[in-house]
Amino acid sequence: MRLTIITAALALSGGLAMANPVAPGDVAFDDYGAIEASLTGQPGNPDNGREIMIARGKGNCLACHEVTALKDAPFHGEVGPMLDGIGANRTEAELRGIVANAKKTFEGTVMPAFYKTSGFVRPGDGYTGKAAKEEDLMPILTAQEIEDVVAFLLTLQDG
Amino acid sequence: VVFAGGPDDDTLVINGETEMVTKTAAPPAMQEAGIEEVISGWHFRTDETQSLQMDDFENPAMIFVDQAMDYWQTVDGSEGKSCASCHESVEQFAGLTASMPKVIDGKLTTMEDLLNDHRASAMGAEPWKWSSDEMQAMVALIALQSRGMPVNVDIDGEARPFWEKGKEMYYTRYGQLELSCASCHEENYGNYIRADHLSQGQINGFPTYRLKQAKLISKHNRFRGCIRDTRAETFAEGSDEFRALELYVASRGNGLSVETPAVRQ
Ligand code: HEC
Ligand code: HEC
Ligand code: HEC
Repeated sequence: MRLTIITAALALSGGLAMANPVAPGDVAFDDYGAIEASLTGQPGNPDNGREIMIARGKGNCLACHEVTALKDAPFHGEVGPMLDGIGANRTEAELRGIVANAKKTFEGTVMPAFYKTSGFVRPGDGYTGKAAKEEDLMPILTAQEIEDVVAFLLTLQDG
Repeated sequence: VVFAGGPDDDTLVINGETEMVTKTAAPPAMQEAGIEEVISGWHFRTDETQSLQMDDFENPAMIFVDQAMDYWQTVDGSEGKSCASCHESVEQFAGLTASMPKVIDGKLTTMEDLLNDHRASAMGAEPWKWSSDEMQAMVALIALQSRGMPVNVDIDGEARPFWEKGKEMYYTRYGQLELSCASCHEENYGNYIRADHLSQGQINGFPTYRLKQAKLISKHNRFRGCIRDTRAETFAEGSDEFRALELYVASRGNGLSVETPAVRQ
């Protein structure tokens, strides 16, 4: 019974927070590409962030990065740097900026922007190969998913 | 042995006799991009996949090549002719694939175009679909006649504007992932991207037999898949865009041996 109440309360507060996330076009990056304020005002959930980093249809961060803490998930790529210890080396604001749009931190990087919906060449409708209308484009990750990934990255303290 | 972080050092010898050039000095246009050596996709595959390409009895693509030999003899179209009615032997096409695509009568022409134009005009036959088994089998049979010869596509003169267009495409960062061919095949060859060992994206072994799909894969089908994977609207097989891209990508392999039909995972 108590559990139901708690879940209901969580769902409610989640719903309220989701009503007002910062839209991709309104994100304020500082001169170094960092984002000071949370995109949702809600704390990130590191467990969810972990799943997003692994899932091929979501962050698929493992396509390019090796992360020792995620060694139970198969195949870690080598395109980007290994992320062990990144939570100790970078601030929360820096990590939020890098995950939302790494090009603001690393000019010209191959790392995709996960919270961006305009300015693409021939954007597609997911992985169908068909055209998407730019006004229909969703960011690859939602605002809360960005916060969740950042929360997970902050747990990577050793390395 | 395949190492993370690069191509291997094995040697590709076909049927124990024909040694392929699988690494060679990059053509000048690639040296400008900072690439000194061009490397066949064969070097990035596992030993098991590599070995399938080393012996024609084990190479599963040869089943398709044999089928193309059958079509070669088969009468098709309103003129009641087969390829064999006019051509003494398929060996007369040795060297042709090594120089394709090329400009013919002002049009950038691929082997698929040549075959379909030719089927229509010489045989009165229906065109083959670009990536159909029949088409790719015949493309493979004709390319096999050039196996071991260096890729040598012309990028000057009339070919130049097509080449420039293909080059521009190669460096365009398509789709919501904003990745260009160069992001993966120039900046990151030798690296793993998830489970895939990235090669230079060369086309000297095409059409390649893909074990996963158990058939011959056309160049344009591969291009289509790679662009789709950037969450982009891709281009059609047989489009002018992919013809131009094919010329440019082929030129990045000038000097490598034609390896058709190569085998991939
Ligand atoms: C297609 C490749 C690719 C993907 C996918 C990718 N990254 Fe990256 N990432 C890179 C590269 C390359 C860099 C290095 C930046 C540079 O210099 O270009 C990088 C840098 C980073 C950094 C900074 C590392 C440092 O040492 O400062 C973080 C943090 C990071 N990525 C996290 C992520 C997360 C989280 C995801 C998934 C949500 C992700 N990346 C997906 C390629 C990628
Ligand atoms: C009616 C006669 C005839 C038939 C049937 C025929 N060809 Fe040809 N083919 C020619 C002639 C003549 C040429 C040389 C002139 C030209 O390029 O069109 C040629 C040229 C070619 C070329 C080389 C073109 C070049 O630019 O070098 C290829 C490849 C070819 N044929 C393949 C085939 C195949 C495959 C078939 C069967 C599917 C076939 N031909 C059937 C008459 C024929
Ligand atoms: C997101 C990364 C990525 C991008 C962008 C990309 N490719 Fe690929 N490509 C791959 C992977 C992975 C493979 C399979 C492994 C390999 O051979 O590199 C591949 C394979 C290929 C192959 C087959 C090579 C062989 O020897 O069998 C060709 C050709 C190719 N790509 C061309 C292109 C072209 C042209 C573009 C741009 C239009 C492109 N790729 C963009 C990831 C990519």
